[in-house]
Amino acid sequence: MTGVGFDIAHMLAGGLVLLSLMLLYQDRMFALLNVFALHAVVLSLSVAWQAQVQHAPHLYITALIALVLKALVIPVALRRIVVRLGIHRTIETVVGIGPTMLAGMGLVALSMVVMLKATAQADPLAREDLAFALSVVLLGLLMMVTRRNAVSQVVGFMSLENGMILAAAGAKGMPLVVEISIAFSVLIAFIVIGVFLFRIRERFDSVDVGALDAFRGERL
Amino acid sequence: MSPAVLNPALDPLGAVLAIPAVGAVVLALLPGYWLSARLNVLISFATLVAALSLLIERPAPGTFLFVDDLNVVFVVLTTFVAFTTSAFSASYIGHELEIGRLAPRYLRFYHAMYQTLMFAMNLGLLANNIGLMWVAVELATLTTVLMVGIYRTHEAIEAAWKYFILGSVGIALALFGTILVYMAARPVLGEGQDAMVWTTLIKRSNGFSAELLNVAFVFLMLGYGTKVGLAPLHAWLPDAHAEGPTPISAVLSGLLLNVALYALLRFKMLLAGNSAAVAPGSLMVTMGLVSLIFAGFMLYRRRDIKRMFAYSSIEHMGLITFAFGMGGPLANFAGLLHMSMHSLTKSAIFFAVGHIAQAKGTQRMAAIRGLTESHPLLGWGLVLGVVAIAGLPPLGIFMSEFLIVSSTFARAPLLAILLMAGLLIAFGALLLRLTEVAFGEPTGSTAPVKASYVPLFAHLGLVLAAGVYLPGPLVVWFQTVARLLG
Repeated sequence: MTGVGFDIAHMLAGGLVLLSLMLLYQDRMFALLNVFALHAVVLSLSVAWQAQVQHAPHLYITALIALVLKALVIPVALRRIVVRLGIHRTIETVVGIGPTMLAGMGLVALSMVVMLKATAQADPLAREDLAFALSVVLLGLLMMVTRRNAVSQVVGFMSLENGMILAAAGAKGMPLVVEISIAFSVLIAFIVIGVFLFRIRERFDSVDVGALDAFRGERL
Repeated sequence: MSPAVLNPALDPLGAVLAIPAVGAVVLALLPGYWLSARLNVLISFATLVAALSLLIERPAPGTFLFVDDLNVVFVVLTTFVAFTTSAFSASYIGHELEIGRLAPRYLRFYHAMYQTLMFAMNLGLLANNIGLMWVAVELATLTTVLMVGIYRTHEAIEAAWKYFILGSVGIALALFGTILVYMAARPVLGEGQDAMVWTTLIKRSNGFSAELLNVAFVFLMLGYGTKVGLAPLHAWLPDAHAEGPTPISAVLSGLLLNVALYALLRFKMLLAGNSAAVAPGSLMVTMGLVSLIFAGFMLYRRRDIKRMFAYSSIEHMGLITFAFGMGGPLANFAGLLHMSMHSLTKSAIFFAVGHIAQAKGTQRMAAIRGLTESHPLLGWGLVLGVVAIAGLPPLGIFMSEFLIVSSTFARAPLLAILLMAGLLIAFGALLLRLTEVAFGEPTGSTAPVKASYVPLFAHLGLVLAAGVYLPGPLVVWFQTVARLLG
């Protein structure tokens, strides 16, 4: 691994962690979706760079899926859903921004300590990639538990999943990466469709009852 | 592609996967309830026959699929319960159509999803590749989410959404663990397929980086543990069981939880083969015991009959995870036996509960009284099932629970006391509710219900038979598998 190649991979993966932290404190719906779109673009660049340095052309497919689906299609679709649901003003956060950011930094530190220690024998690029990927995954989980709004939870889940793709792309020569990224895309498509069809505004406990009454009427 | 996949007609291994896959497509195209319900039974039966033939002739492991002593137990159990559940489902769904709870147009979807789920579970069990196994578990999750939400009521959609989000996070964590296992294997096995194939991973796991395997197992335990329904990651399970159609509750409890457990067991074997890695057992023992005791207490506060048996599933999956976590030939043997008995008993209970809820028009236990008088066959079927699941002799679960407790007493008496406490708490709750529901003055509708008793009593008969006498070859076979599990 040449110095420049390593630095670029490092910068892109680090940028992903930074964007994950930025996602944590976005309190406006559209801003959240914009940052997420940027997150997906950086992921796509990062995977494409891995494809370049690993000489693994199939990873370009994964990068392309990330770019088209997660940087374009899904943010646009979610934007329309947000408008339709009338929740484009603010997002409530269960825990305040300060404690959330502190917890986020703690999680990043934790994943660095755990992964760098656990992967002492692996090659340096894979080590750093895994450590960054775990940070992104944990930050995504943190976002899912601190938000009540279904759309921002979905964004949290997708950022978590971006971390997975980063880890899978960083694991040199791993088979089935493309297949797994496709499987994940199907999953995400289902989630988005679910939010849209059932007008799910908040996680678990509240669903728009008006929309459900229509379903009930249909069965009678 | 392995040749097994290309020649489904010749190869039983391919047939176990191809029959439900083709069946799903056919059922998706076929209109009409009467025909598709019967065809669903027929397809499930054909899959069972193919699975049974794996017992006789076992193909050599390929790069994607393989059969060994461990997964063949799971495959036979899965296909058998899938077959009996499809028979139950035919009469259950017929009734749901009559009362208009399910629209006919959803039925085509329902049957296609049923076979897709069978395909996904069999693929997960037979996969020789950790990535393929993950994809199969994801597919199984998605199909069950769709089926849980099929009634389109407020509660059903909420349950499906909750299951979906928690299940997705679970399988995402499992994928991270899978990637870490690959990273650990790569320096030893080289890049590419070999480092993801079970048969090579197990053989060479001693050379893997122990630290990476440890971290990987934590993720796998949390990820697949969510799907097993272990506390504190169980929150999706009671809702998904209570709000979906009852055949799906039976399949979820009886089969899908086992598939996730199977994945955990495989990874446990991988860690056991590495002398420097932590013993994975302690994590499984802890989570299993917590689930058991937690679910035992939660049983007292249930008002919905399906929800109560869902908590009972958490309890039993906790017990099974505990047994496998303890390890050793005896505890593993007991764990395998308990898993089989639990699958049979719990699905039988759901068969009974499904018809009971249909007869009474409610799932609220307060509104169900005196079942043994109003519906004697269903009522006594439920009594027998609950007596079995509570662990009373002479039924099969008594024997497996006895083995688990006694093997624990021999090795860790303190843990055994906690285990006994958990079992007794659950026992009390189940019998308390059973006496209320089964005996006394009947309430609610006493109109007879068209029910299929054959699957119910076939399962209970098997559980009783296993409790009285376990055939020698079965014991030998389970002992071999138990030794394999380490």
